[in-house]
Amino acid sequence: MFFQQLAEGLGAGAGYAALALALVLAYRFTGIVNFAQGELALLATYVAWQLVDSGLPYWAALPVTVAVAFTAGMLTERVLIRRVESAPGPISPVVATIGLYVLVNALAALVWSSALRAFPSPFPDAPAGLAALAAAGLAGLVLGALALVVRHTGLGLVMRAVAADPRTARLSGIRVGQVAALGWGAASAVGALSGVLLAPSLFLEPAMMTGVLVYAFAAAVLGGFDSAPGAVAGGLIVGVTETLCGTYLAFVGADLKIAVPLVLIVAVLLLRPRGLFGTAPVERA
Amino acid sequence: MNAVAAGHRRLPVGHEAGDRRPDWPWRRTSLALVASAAVVLPFTLPPYRLFQLTLVLVYTVALLGLDLVVGRSGRLSLGHGAFFGVGAYTSAVLIAQFGVPYPLTMPAAALATFGLGWAAGRPALRLRGLYLAMVTFAVAVVLPPLLKRLAGLTGGAMGLTVPAPEGLLGLDDDQWVYFLVLMVTAAAFAGMRGLAGSRPGRALTALREHPAAAETLGIRAATHMTAAFAWSAMYAGVAGALYTWTAGFVSPDSFTLALSITLLAGVVIGGLGTLAGPVLGAFAVLAVPAVAQEFDPAAPGIVSGLLLLLIVYVAPAGLAGLLRRTLWGLLRRRA
Repeated sequence: MFFQQLAEGLGAGAGYAALALALVLAYRFTGIVNFAQGELALLATYVAWQLVDSGLPYWAALPVTVAVAFTAGMLTERVLIRRVESAPGPISPVVATIGLYVLVNALAALVWSSALRAFPSPFPDAPAGLAALAAAGLAGLVLGALALVVRHTGLGLVMRAVAADPRTARLSGIRVGQVAALGWGAASAVGALSGVLLAPSLFLEPAMMTGVLVYAFAAAVLGGFDSAPGAVAGGLIVGVTETLCGTYLAFVGADLKIAVPLVLIVAVLLLRPRGLFGTAPVERA
Repeated sequence: MNAVAAGHRRLPVGHEAGDRRPDWPWRRTSLALVASAAVVLPFTLPPYRLFQLTLVLVYTVALLGLDLVVGRSGRLSLGHGAFFGVGAYTSAVLIAQFGVPYPLTMPAAALATFGLGWAAGRPALRLRGLYLAMVTFAVAVVLPPLLKRLAGLTGGAMGLTVPAPEGLLGLDDDQWVYFLVLMVTAAAFAGMRGLAGSRPGRALTALREHPAAAETLGIRAATHMTAAFAWSAMYAGVAGALYTWTAGFVSPDSFTLALSITLLAGVVIGGLGTLAGPVLGAFAVLAVPAVAQEFDPAAPGIVSGLLLLLIVYVAPAGLAGLLRRTLWGLLRRRA
């Protein structure tokens, strides 16, 4: 029983970790918390559902979905974010992402209706606990590949340069705008993974990613908002905590599990604001 | 926007404090017109229109509060729908379950939401960045299931029905509520106006425009921001209590994340850091979805999302800025 719960927590945690990583990536490249990240993932998940529904096998639909998400993320950065990036304060770009959130959510409801839809599991024949663990493994594989690209390729070096210091990166001849768009594309692709992993257990509907976004915030804050490995670790911790609290704390139950990330966020902000793996910010006027 | 204000003149606490923004043309005349319209309208409008007008005023109070965070402090709150809901439920539970006379429920709602705002703002506002937006987002998502869970007190998913305040001075019930709401709205405006030139108000401007410099001058960011946020949550809570008196019914699904987003959209669409913005924004977010609803159930979301994006890109000063520019343009052409 306990191990079953643990496995399910890790499975859910992999989904949260993916979305948290997406948030952290977008934040690293542009300094913006993308409130529409969950909705971009929702869009990708609906695309995946549509593809599978029209007869494409699951493992063929997945790469197409990720490609669609990548394009959507890049377009968001190029079309929406770039235009408001230079506005004073972080308010305008974030309000723009909230506008996008509302818009995408309503569009999804318009195109696919707000009905609950069953989404295929990647491992339909495995028992629930094992399937959750396998999903977590799949997420780990993709995130590992991403880490390899970022650490060990020329492109990864360029991306890290832009994330570390956009101005200096621009002075050394890097096309910062393009790299930031690439970063948002990668973020959106990773986010799509989160939607696809969580949809079998949550059921696909327009409001699906709203709760997940709260978990992802908690994961990113717990890991440190500027740390990619932190987001992954945070996601797993949040997933396990949430599942165990929902099972073993009577007051929490299934319907108040969503309060767990709120408590976690507040606790982290009070006790260790920079998160587990984050760096403390340095002020320079 | 960086023009330095002359000498000892106090800076306005506007979205672009430091600029010398022209006042509205015909300031007194238009204020007098608006005030007399506000007094005459309840006697001429049919009941449903009057209900809508009262709701606009209720939203105006909440938006005035939200503007204190978004417009004047430069932080985002996605939780004002939740504070609104807590205020509404405080009032509803006190009236329906404990038989408290309705006028007393407003201070109770104010107190509850002030405390809640302080508790939510304190951990997030010690730090820079968008932590406040994330914490309040989580609060907004958690409130409806929490209200459903506390069914013994809140009536659960069914909600609570509250008797409407009885009309006094020969007014109908709904007219009486309208004037109550109007009085509170006027007081809310007076409060915000007083803040603009006051020491805390200017401290907020300094913190928004240049946090490091402000702190060097001895302005404590965490203290001022948290106080502003708590006041702002209190405005939303008071608006919630007014909502209960107006609508006579509360249910958890009235106070979801969607309400918080609607309020944020209202304050951005109306115009940040202005006094006219909240009224215009309240009109916009109540009228636009109602009209769009006629076409398709998904249309309000699409229209609101597009409107929000449009404002951010095309008219960052919101409807208030657009209106003021238009009026001045007309005036100049005549001169």
